[in-house]
Amino acid sequence: MGEKVIEFVDVVKRFEGRAVLDGLSFAVERGEVFTVLGPSGTGKSVTLKHIVGLEEPDSGEVRVADARVGYLFQSGALIAWKTVWENVALPLVETTRLPDAEIERRVASALEAVGLSDAADRYPAELSGGMQKRAGLARAIVRDAEIVLYDEPTSGLDPVTSAVIERLIVGLNRERGVTSVVVTHDLAMAARISSRIMLIKDGRSVACLPPDEFMRCGEREVAEFVGAAKGERK
Amino acid sequence: MTRFPKFITSIGYAGIVLVQSVGYFPSVFLRSDGRRDLFRQLYATGIRTLPVVTVVSIFMGMILALQVGLELARFNQENYLGAAVMLTLLREMAAFCCGICMAACVGSAIAAEIGTMKVNDEIDALRIMGIPPVRFLAAPRILALLLMSPVVAFYCCIMGTIGGGIVGATQLNVDFGQFMSSALWMAADKDLFVGIAKAAVFGVLVGDVSFCEGMGASLGATGVGKATQRAVIVSFLAILISGYMISRAFY
Repeated sequence: MGEKVIEFVDVVKRFEGRAVLDGLSFAVERGEVFTVLGPSGTGKSVTLKHIVGLEEPDSGEVRVADARVGYLFQSGALIAWKTVWENVALPLVETTRLPDAEIERRVASALEAVGLSDAADRYPAELSGGMQKRAGLARAIVRDAEIVLYDEPTSGLDPVTSAVIERLIVGLNRERGVTSVVVTHDLAMAARISSRIMLIKDGRSVACLPPDEFMRCGEREVAEFVGAAKGERK
Repeated sequence: MTRFPKFITSIGYAGIVLVQSVGYFPSVFLRSDGRRDLFRQLYATGIRTLPVVTVVSIFMGMILALQVGLELARFNQENYLGAAVMLTLLREMAAFCCGICMAACVGSAIAAEIGTMKVNDEIDALRIMGIPPVRFLAAPRILALLLMSPVVAFYCCIMGTIGGGIVGATQLNVDFGQFMSSALWMAADKDLFVGIAKAAVFGVLVGDVSFCEGMGASLGATGVGKATQRAVIVSFLAILISGYMISRAFY
């Protein structure tokens, strides 16, 4: 068993009386690509927001190791009036006292890692959806993030761009040892990239297994989800 | 848990944002990124509002001159038209006109921009990066309004006086030179300083209210629209209430 970097213990979170997370427990180990699957509205994004402290649990406990965390939002969440370069440099400029040369080096390296070196001077509105996500990813890793959280990284993207994002997630994990938590409802992608897959339903973990075991799992909710996802692809 | 009425928590939040923003003012000047944002906001607050402010203030001065001039003419006191227009502009109307233009042009834009950032997760992204949204977004905007509102109010005063002088000369037989000398004769330092201070307060209130309303936006485009509408309404109310209180304190 590896070192746990994220752990949820019986976490409950309610919004206006409705339990979005209802006793959620799981742990993510260092170096994993951990995927959280589930239909829309089952608390996947809320789970990520607990990890970075944007949400506090009503009860239960969220433990996160002392590590640099990056977050890729569904929309990329780039600042509209800043260029790609300025967006990626933002966390370094605003929160560190690094010399300009070092900031330049790190930003160039992050942009190169996501293949956006040529688009550094462009504004977010001039980028495609996939490029915005890649720029968001460059910003997430520019501080040498040890954990990166991905919120629906391939939603709304064409298959070719989705494959690029997938390769980036896997590449960051293998080359830089980044622990990744990916929230998605794309079962096929989850099966390709994950170390383990967790299915959430009604705010609870239904199953948490390696991809091949997950695909064969006899649990009713898992079988239903896998069946529905396969039917969708056909 | 005690639940406070929403407007009390809103006032409390606006107060906290204002205090924090003032605390971040030095960092706006010290950081190169902050200075760039400040200049961007100064441009949006000052230069881009000038066309609207010019038209509004000239017509306001014309209306003032016409209404006051017709009454003064009944008592053969048209000579004091310039003084009456200037005093009204300096003490109240220039700052008020500036505040209303700022709320309509700048406040609405701030609320829409911040609201859009909120619903697009950009505010959450800033927090995750360890960048306080108040420092990054509110402080440069409020500082720009604080610096630019008095300038715009003074400009309103000049344009309004010119508008009043034109009406005096063309419709009330008051010589333009006489109108201006009467206006300058009556203008007192206190009126100028109170008017400018009032404009600065209005500017800060517009920036603070608009930022807070933008931060309260939710539910996509509809939420941003509602936040923008609330920002303008609350800014108008804040301008009227604080305007009365400042006048009461000084006169």
